Amino acid sequence: MIDVLYFAWVRERIGLPRERLETGAATVADLVEELKAREERYAAAFADVSALRVALDQELSDFSAPLLGVREVAFFPPMTGG
Amino acid sequence: MRVRVQTGPFDYGAECAGFGQGGRDVGAVVTFLGVVRDDSGKLARMEIEHYPGMTEKAIAAIAKEAADRWALADVLVIHRHGTLAPGDAIMMVATAARHRAAAFAAADFLMDYLKSRAPFWKKEYGPDGAAWVAAKDADETALTRW
Repeated sequence: MIDVLYFAWVRERIGLPRERLETGAATVADLVEELKAREERYAAAFADVSALRVALDQELSDFSAPLLGVREVAFFPPMTGG
Repeated sequence: MRVRVQTGPFDYGAECAGFGQGGRDVGAVVTFLGVVRDDSGKLARMEIEHYPGMTEKAIAAIAKEAADRWALADVLVIHRHGTLAPGDAIMMVATAARHRAAAFAAADFLMDYLKSRAPFWKKEYGPDGAAWVAAKDADETALTRW
């Protein structure tokens, strides 16, 4: 099981802040493909992954990263702090 | 080194008073206050979302890098989230070092990294509705300076 979190407009587009999933995805990109295939709202949120960032266990990562051993995946737009 | 992520206001004057002082090795203290700006003239409020857990870790990592790189005697970062109005203080950084060049550079570095590597997202609300603030290419480019 893996916790998947969504923030900002990704959260709004998908319609929930987090969910727990059973996945066989080997990489972040594989997980994105699984999610996109589920429902239109996921396909809309992940239509352009170049507009998104991903964190694995609260560390910034990238879409080619493996998911082995990862407990928490978060998807969000580029950050706007400061 | 202190990092605080909070919804409520902070007292900039009280935080600055005495910061980095009291020892014999500090010759320079730089403090920076970030304020909510209204570019459109229509901003009613701003909602700042963050990633609890990652936010604190990311800021602590950025602050530690600054402390190591410029041999800071002390560093403080406070960043708010939740609802803010134009003119509200949103965040502050303070750095203490032997010399002013290091204190200024470390504060500048902290600001550049907090902008695009700390997981905050701003949404602006006005009479025409709400919109997420988009990250600027210039913010990403700024990181290459370091």
